[in-house]
Amino acid sequence: MSKSSREIVIPGHYLGELKDFKPGRGTLVEKGKIYSNVLGIVHESPPYINVVPIKGRYDAIAGDLVIGIVEEPMSSSWLVDINAPYPALLHVNEVPWNVDFGETEKFLNTGDSIMAKVLQVDLEKKLQITLKDRNLYKIRGGHIINVEPSKVPRIIGKKGSMINILKKHTRCRIFVGQNGRIWIDGDDKNVALAQQAIELIEEQSISFGLTNKVEEFLASRLQ
Amino acid sequence: MKSDKKLIDENGKRLDGRGPDQLRNIKIEAGVLHRADGSCYLEWGGNKVLAAVYGPREAIPRHTQNPLKAVVKARYNMAAFSVDDRKRPGPDRRSQEISKVTSEALEKIVLTDQFPRAAIEVNIEVLDAEAGTRCAGLTAAGVALADAGIPMKDIPVACAAGKIGAEEKDGKFTGGFVVLDLGKEEDNFGNADLPIAISPRTNEIILLQMDGHLTFDEFEHALDLAVKGCQEISKLQKDALLRKYKSDVEVE
Amino acid sequence: MTISPVIKQEHLYKLAEQGKRADGREFNQYRPISIEPGIISKAEGSARVRIGNTQVIAGIKMDLGDPYPDTPNSGVITTAAELIPLASPDFESGPPDQQTIELARVVDRGIRESEVIDLAKLCIIPGEKIWIIFIDIHIIDYDGNLFDAASLAALAALFNAKVPVSQPRLKSGFDRLIEKFPEAEKYVKEHPEDFPLPMRDPPISCTYVKFNNAIVVDPSIDEQEIAEARITVATDIDGDIRAMQKGLLGSFTVDEIKKIIKDSVINGSELRNKLKESVGK
Repeated sequence: MSKSSREIVIPGHYLGELKDFKPGRGTLVEKGKIYSNVLGIVHESPPYINVVPIKGRYDAIAGDLVIGIVEEPMSSSWLVDINAPYPALLHVNEVPWNVDFGETEKFLNTGDSIMAKVLQVDLEKKLQITLKDRNLYKIRGGHIINVEPSKVPRIIGKKGSMINILKKHTRCRIFVGQNGRIWIDGDDKNVALAQQAIELIEEQSISFGLTNKVEEFLASRLQ
Repeated sequence: MKSDKKLIDENGKRLDGRGPDQLRNIKIEAGVLHRADGSCYLEWGGNKVLAAVYGPREAIPRHTQNPLKAVVKARYNMAAFSVDDRKRPGPDRRSQEISKVTSEALEKIVLTDQFPRAAIEVNIEVLDAEAGTRCAGLTAAGVALADAGIPMKDIPVACAAGKIGAEEKDGKFTGGFVVLDLGKEEDNFGNADLPIAISPRTNEIILLQMDGHLTFDEFEHALDLAVKGCQEISKLQKDALLRKYKSDVEVE
Repeated sequence: MTISPVIKQEHLYKLAEQGKRADGREFNQYRPISIEPGIISKAEGSARVRIGNTQVIAGIKMDLGDPYPDTPNSGVITTAAELIPLASPDFESGPPDQQTIELARVVDRGIRESEVIDLAKLCIIPGEKIWIIFIDIHIIDYDGNLFDAASLAALAALFNAKVPVSQPRLKSGFDRLIEKFPEAEKYVKEHPEDFPLPMRDPPISCTYVKFNNAIVVDPSIDEQEIAEARITVATDIDGDIRAMQKGLLGSFTVDEIKKIIKDSVINGSELRNKLKESVGK
């Protein structure tokens, strides 16, 4: 990634000509010119030019692993808050238990947290999630913190490099949902430390050499 | 209304010392509130305005949902202590009208079809008022929307121009100067007020209101001044956003 | 309503058992507080108070008014609060709900019953004309503990306020008054300039919540969400109790309340010093 493509741009900022680039996410096209449509960072991935938003609600994509909070049990489904503009639907057919009609509360109630996967996003942005997978379950214990969904890639790092450093040094179990919710479980002091490290990554997400900074921070606090 | 003071002298100098095409002092700060998804604090002359954005989130009640796109709802409100004579809390008719024209302007510029069935709520609160609050409010709303990460064609910006110092006799107006950004006395004792909002990239007009008396030539001049004013303020909006987020970027 | 995960509640409960709070504070510790007076030029008095991320602006407006029949020679106070939609995703626009009204009334009582403003000195024509003080509280960022933030903001705004006797907008009001009551002219001559509101040492309110048998001061919004019971105590400079308000469905033991009162006196005195420092008294 070249230095110039870490430029911050505002909506309406001119990026280039349609004849030179293909418009990627975060862009709009008018009269053969490409503009940014959001406050974000320019990212060239030739032939595409994209703008990655700095802030904003979680934009659900099928296949994403997310942490949801149950809002309302209904007769044969649950409404789940996944930090998207809309609540997601979890149908009784999409859970690993046998749930009778009207018995949904026995399995998941308001305020329960779940590790789920986005099943489908339709044209009207209606969201469906599932719990039917080996690594999906109802969460017990631990602590959940919220970060900007746009910072999730930084917190995970290239091929998990950043998250592995966090796990190694704090000896906590950490799961990062694509929707900006992070679950941390471990010794209280280490959970607090992991939280501070994540806040550091959030604040300095565009910096270079962040992985080293975080490692230094954790090492110094653990002495 | 008549004033004993002369609003503008022979050299084109106004009561507060400004020239005819000068803006009052403007300061803009992005991302100032903790709970809101996006926010902006703006000072414009004696105006102090706070704007906050929540959304996109599901539009409630259901009947307000549009299955094809998001609904943009702006709410303009003046604090009880923001004006000379205390204002009773609650929306009055003026606030409701401003809320409506602001909502319409913003809806044209936000890329609403990315969020069917959702609502994007824009709250504009005037904390200290001194003429031109609707322009200050919309300008702050534009920054707050960008700060919230809402996709838009452009950041909307607003500004007003008007006419002061004309002589009125039997309903006929003579003389008068077209000036940019009316101040308090100019708004009270002036002859015309023309607030506009534009998309600065294309100069497309998304809000326009006018009251008073303007000849066609005066209107052209006022519109031209207001658009130029908007362009100047657009730079300040951009600065405010870059200042807030550039501190993340390390310079190597 | 945004739903809070049960796990968060369990986490805070667990920390409380160990004497800890989620943001690292002591049970009896306030978040950082800042008090800025005089921020609104149109108001007769104003102040912005920040407690942690909670932000409140209070504005004072004054006008000529009629006295209440049972206090014909005293000024009048009226307090209103607005939990504007700006401040939280859960606040809606519209007429004040119960939470807003309770807030306004609790702040109002703290000022009115404690007689922190010497209302007798705000009489213009006995039995006919007095000064009316409008206290308007605007919550602009909500992160818990509105009672203390709003009370501090209202007090700071009052200390910052000047009676607008020489302001041009009141000239016609005074002219009309003098026509009806010639003795009003004497009042105007005796008060040629705007003067500060006659204020006494204020009682300071401190709010506590209880969860999992832990009692903590200045609840953050997370702590407020899981609180079983809440109590606000206002104490004065002599350490005496001036107002109390309990909220929520849970209960306190008598011993818990006594301890809270003792802590309020200490917390209250610190806040009072901060308040006086910020308004230059």
